[in-house]
Amino acid sequence: MSTIESRLSETQLAAFRETLAEGAIDHDGLAADYDAETETYQIETPDRQASVGADELGEVAAEQAAYISNWYFYTQQIDSEVTRAFCRWLELAADHPVPDRYAALESGVDREWGQLSITTTISEDGTRHYGVCHVDDSDVEAAALTAHTDPFDARDIGTLDAKGRYRPLRTAPSLDSGWIFVDLTANEVYEAVEAFYPATVVNWYREGRGELDIDHWRDEQDRQSGIYNLITVLPDEAVDWAAAACCEDSQCLKRREWQLSEDEPLAAEGGDGVFPCRGPCSMVVAAGREWAKLERQDTRTYEFELTPSEKEQLEAVIDAVADDEVDEIREADVSNGANRYRVRYLREKRVDDHGNLSGTPTHPDDHEAEDADDSDDHKAEDADDH
Amino acid sequence: MQSLVIVAHGSHLNPDSATPTHTHAETIRETGGFDEVRTGFWKEEPSLRDVLRTARGEDIYVVPLFISEGYFTERVIPRELRLEGWDPDLWDSDGISADTATLVASDIDKEVHYCGPVGTHEAMADVLVRRAESVTGDPSVGEGFGFAVVGHGTERNENSAKAIEYHTERIRETGRFDEVKALFMDEEPEVDDVADQFESEDIIVVPLFIADGFHTQEDIPEDMGLTDDYRTGYDVPAEVDGHRIWYGGAVGTEELTADVILERAADAGADIGNAIERVRQQTKPTTGAAGD
Repeated sequence: MSTIESRLSETQLAAFRETLAEGAIDHDGLAADYDAETETYQIETPDRQASVGADELGEVAAEQAAYISNWYFYTQQIDSEVTRAFCRWLELAADHPVPDRYAALESGVDREWGQLSITTTISEDGTRHYGVCHVDDSDVEAAALTAHTDPFDARDIGTLDAKGRYRPLRTAPSLDSGWIFVDLTANEVYEAVEAFYPATVVNWYREGRGELDIDHWRDEQDRQSGIYNLITVLPDEAVDWAAAACCEDSQCLKRREWQLSEDEPLAAEGGDGVFPCRGPCSMVVAAGREWAKLERQDTRTYEFELTPSEKEQLEAVIDAVADDEVDEIREADVSNGANRYRVRYLREKRVDDHGNLSGTPTHPDDHEAEDADDSDDHKAEDADDH
Repeated sequence: MQSLVIVAHGSHLNPDSATPTHTHAETIRETGGFDEVRTGFWKEEPSLRDVLRTARGEDIYVVPLFISEGYFTERVIPRELRLEGWDPDLWDSDGISADTATLVASDIDKEVHYCGPVGTHEAMADVLVRRAESVTGDPSVGEGFGFAVVGHGTERNENSAKAIEYHTERIRETGRFDEVKALFMDEEPEVDDVADQFESEDIIVVPLFIADGFHTQEDIPEDMGLTDDYRTGYDVPAEVDGHRIWYGGAVGTEELTADVILERAADAGADIGNAIERVRQQTKPTTGAAGD
């Protein structure tokens, strides 16, 4: 039973009457009808059935008032079906009946969407209020965070990471913290989430209805033109490496649903995110193009002089960069192979004046580098890349 | 319900690339001319592939925030938006006259109005002039000034040069500036020789680009001799061979560009009330010089 003493406003009652004048209501546990002959309203909720006259509507029991205000909020105060579904998810509507939800919403219901912590609360008339902050700030006093009210501010917050670096992939787990949106409406919380994580809600909604259209890698290959035609030559096994490199949860919070094709699943982890990834994004396609160029090269056998610890050190450097741990290595921790002093020492010892590891030339036959013609790529990216 | 969808290139490398798109979207939102304004990108999110499903209107107007007709407006955008039956001939354009075509987008199973690019609309000439005003801080700038409109040239896209020539001619016809010329990055007359191209001591230079990036912030300032190294910045105006160069940067960052987006949608039939008038009033010239 709700601890909130629900009271219905004249506006809510008027909407209720007008809707029932058009036909019955069947919404989220509330069934209501108007009998014009007897001029009475039949109101049925899971634990109660009532028949009331027109002037008694404002006096219905608290439980029924809660169901009516819940109906009012979801049908009269929310713009779209997608937002409605999202707000229901935010308050765990599928799992709990209205009175239980109202009780929980009084103290606030928290859910996580990527790195967003979204808190839903309720006022006496059933209107929901939404707060959004970074999951890392969910225990921080709101007064210690920078408050925002315009949902479109979310776009600017999400543009740079905590180190000021550009986040071209909005769903990378690198969202900066220190901000809070307070008291957003349902339509505003949708816009804020859309600005942080574009199109994630609508694709999650489609998935929930069994209507998510997935573009698999081969579909993506077939669709490309211009410079991205090159991804058609990326070997299949490289697509798996690319998905593991780019799409795991440590790199992107979307749950990858696309595969090589509908019948050819990839071995790489797709992740556990709430919202799905319905096709290779432009970052994966651009990286795939680069790998397609690189994979055209044949392997060669090189001979290097390294001590066992130097070989392990190279592997440690690869791990540190791949796992974005370089900044976490302490300045004086020379026992770590990826420590800057250790790497500088290795360079002094093993890399010659031409940048060759162990003095071994990359192209011993003195051939031109095979991809020297690609130096203009960053210009192409900035402008019309065809 | 009416939706405006602005589609643009975006960038994986440059956070400023999408800034004009978002700024203009916000300006248009504030006019209330559309029930919603959505943005979609080739290189950012939401992708062109997903953007239409974020739009809720019954009447959807798609305006490409691109400079010219070509590969993106004719091929990439219609393909990614899934405009069924698209053919560039539907625009019946001579390269700078694309207006609108109405097609079903299979992604959302609704008709959308696919408009010509912002850069070729006649109102873009007004934005170039507005940029001349804002970069000089003089709302009546004109007499004693030369005006250079800068573009890529034809190497990448023949229509790109046509758009430059078109706006150059329109501004010239106003008689407001002493001289108006088109300059190019990769063909004659080249932007490198800007000082040789004009008699006027003061020359306003405005690239017909949507966003500031590699070309407008690095290439062009260095090519014109405003600076040896773009990273050290340049003065506005900067002295070059006895001329004062007032370099304005990408015209697409000028707030009045929002007006051209609205014009495109209105030309396609959008009912936007007085939104165009409101944008013109709101986007008053700024007096700060760019490039400092």
